[in-house]
Amino acid sequence: MLNPRQVEPNMYRYDEFDSKFVHERVTQFAGQVERRLTGELTEDQFKPLRLMNGLYLQLHAYMLRVAVPYGTLSSKQLRRLAHIARTYDKNFGHFTTRQNIQYNWIKLVDVPAILRELAEVEMHAIQTSGNCIRNVTADQFAGAAADEIEDPRPLAEIIRQWSSLHPEFLFLPRKFKIAVGGSPNDRAALLYHDMAVEIVRNKEGRTGYKVLVGGGMGRTPYIAQVIGEFVEKDDILAFMEAVMRVYNEQGRRDNIYKARIKILTNALGIEEMRRQVNIEFAEIKKVGTLQLPQAELDRITAYFAVPAFETGLSDAMPDAGPDFANWVRTNITAHKAPGYAIATITLKTPGQVPGDATSEQMDIIADLMDEFSVGEVRVTHEQNLVLPHVRNKDLPAIFAKLKELDFASPNAGLITDIIACPGLDYCDLANARSIPIAQKIALKFEDLDRQHKIGELKIKISGCINACGHHHAGHIGILGVDKKGVEFYQLLLGGSGAEDASIGDIMGPGFTEHEIAGAVERVVEVYLAQRNDGERFLDTYRRIGMEKFKAAAYETVAA
Amino acid sequence: MTKLLKSGAFAADAFQATADDAALPDGPVIVSLARFEKERETLLARNTPIGVRLKSDENPTRLGDDVNRLSLVALEFPKFRDGRAFSWARLVRTRLGFKGEIRAVGDFLFDQLSYQHRVGFDAWEVPDHFTIEMFNAALAEMTNVYQPAADGKKTIRELRAH
Amino acid sequence: MAQTIQMLTANRLKTGDVLYRHVSGWVLMLADGEVYLDAAAADAALAAAQAETVQNDFVAPYLFEVRESAGRIVPVKEREIIRAAGPTVHPHTGKQAGQYNA
Repeated sequence: MLNPRQVEPNMYRYDEFDSKFVHERVTQFAGQVERRLTGELTEDQFKPLRLMNGLYLQLHAYMLRVAVPYGTLSSKQLRRLAHIARTYDKNFGHFTTRQNIQYNWIKLVDVPAILRELAEVEMHAIQTSGNCIRNVTADQFAGAAADEIEDPRPLAEIIRQWSSLHPEFLFLPRKFKIAVGGSPNDRAALLYHDMAVEIVRNKEGRTGYKVLVGGGMGRTPYIAQVIGEFVEKDDILAFMEAVMRVYNEQGRRDNIYKARIKILTNALGIEEMRRQVNIEFAEIKKVGTLQLPQAELDRITAYFAVPAFETGLSDAMPDAGPDFANWVRTNITAHKAPGYAIATITLKTPGQVPGDATSEQMDIIADLMDEFSVGEVRVTHEQNLVLPHVRNKDLPAIFAKLKELDFASPNAGLITDIIACPGLDYCDLANARSIPIAQKIALKFEDLDRQHKIGELKIKISGCINACGHHHAGHIGILGVDKKGVEFYQLLLGGSGAEDASIGDIMGPGFTEHEIAGAVERVVEVYLAQRNDGERFLDTYRRIGMEKFKAAAYETVAA
Repeated sequence: MTKLLKSGAFAADAFQATADDAALPDGPVIVSLARFEKERETLLARNTPIGVRLKSDENPTRLGDDVNRLSLVALEFPKFRDGRAFSWARLVRTRLGFKGEIRAVGDFLFDQLSYQHRVGFDAWEVPDHFTIEMFNAALAEMTNVYQPAADGKKTIRELRAH
Repeated sequence: MAQTIQMLTANRLKTGDVLYRHVSGWVLMLADGEVYLDAAAADAALAAAQAETVQNDFVAPYLFEVRESAGRIVPVKEREIIRAAGPTVHPHTGKQAGQYNA
């Protein structure tokens, strides 16, 4: 072990109330499990209750989804997650596109014990599924990024508390996902959320919140639209509650595919939606109990205080050989403190399952966190981990340790840094496998020079139309479909989940499992041949359109 | 069969549920929103308590100020997954300032009682096997709450301030 | 057209284990399960299983299609092949590796 001393990072800490709340919730859920086992609850009645606590019945077994609120974990928590994988599962966990972690082989009878273990380290599985407000996500570089206006996590924590067992919004028409961002560069896919809050600065230089609604993927993808241009900080919960109430009252309940707020927003039109939300908002403000006092915001913000950074550090990057230099090129992001860096650990070494980590890997990353990153790590929606506060001079040592873990791939943001949902290998809803396709493509593009030559290219793979793998938002998106029990894969081009969000265009008929990686390669070749200086794949696609890509993709398939 | 649980105890139901096409019986009645809107004058002129029953797609703000001339608002849960009545109860209690009985009727679970209580329900039509101990247990599962609702309960933020 | 042949699967309530219907209850391996050669037999088995769900021993029973291949019974759909064996990307887990909660 590098460092037996566990570092306590600057993040939200439970007080007696939070702790009691989570422990009582565990007891409540244990009672629900007990009532299910005795038959007092039928499966139909139990299902929404277990989902509201993150427990699914999947293809092979139960799956438990544990919340990682806004993607922030302490080393102590990561060690506990490793312990749970070791004790109750098969020694690994899977980090998801909503910054959570999933265990795939859970027994129903073990869940109360697992939840108790989580509660001890201030974690839970509350509202990680079900038709309620889900775990709140945020920019993974929060509190560290040089481009940040404000750390989005204090608001995310306030939203977490407000939404926890909110009595009015636990039986919504459908699930409800909220994300918070604090920088003009969107790293949290804000525009694809049911509701998103972006910290902005107005003309007078004051910060407040821009609120967007109605984004989403799935069967009918939509980009979120602005519903509140500049919501004052003390009004934010009242405003969000107004949005939730309009949705709960009017969201469709007759058709599961039309039940998300994106459908309501587009049926009403954003102007009408805004009008109704503003009426609700005014009424809620009149009552006044949801106003967020500055003192409360300050109190929560204090938990997330920036660590005491060393001063006088050099901004220069150490020289530690060409492999290290490659890694720095892709996996290091500018930090706001001089001499510090943000290091992305891609869980995407070509051939590995995107987002998986074993208990041993989690334990060693926890050691790295204590030794080099004030005990803190972040989970990203791209299924990677991030050490948010590391000194440049420590990077070579971190890189060396990551190499031993096989997590040192210099590929953050590159073509092998692929998002993939669990797909048909695990998921009860999937139509096709996602992970093996990600593995094939990553291995095809394993050559590092080639990856760097291609540059930023985000491939995102979903195993069904529900789009957990964000295929609509991939520069290259892949959607698995089922044709008479056989897997096929559709290609989409031109999607983006960033601040320049766009929905990918479907190319045409699907490819077989054996054809899809080759089709992707031919698409990439078209890009390399067509690109102008400095153009990303996405830029070239936006400039020249589908035609040439399509011709190349189907070239040898047709033959 | 169901029985009425009101303000934490079982109670006799003084109200008669009355179908839209049935003659109004003497004494307190519960009518649909449609009937109330149609026969408003007649109903309000009777010198007996009136209850109105709303379906889950009927917004109670349609009642307007009339709500305060009612004794009871019954809100339907057509199936327990339909959570609209949680918002309706909140509106009736907080927005319309209704002080009378808000009754939950239809399909709901033990596990929803505490949430219903929080948003303003104070009466429930429960199955015959249901006991007061069960009701008290449902309300006691979670001691504290994070958000204000219609029950006036101190939130965790308020408790922290002490 | 060949007659559709089917099997019946469910999950154990307590553990989540995938189960296959057998004359005398449930078994863990597809190879040990009962094969219904006609729709009437399959529907009868499903109806019996659905009635038994009140015992709270297993959940979510459903029928799926199988076919004979090289003398073995195999599912028609990829989904059921994976369900019977385990995830293709983690061959060290699931029934293919002899693992089940039982």
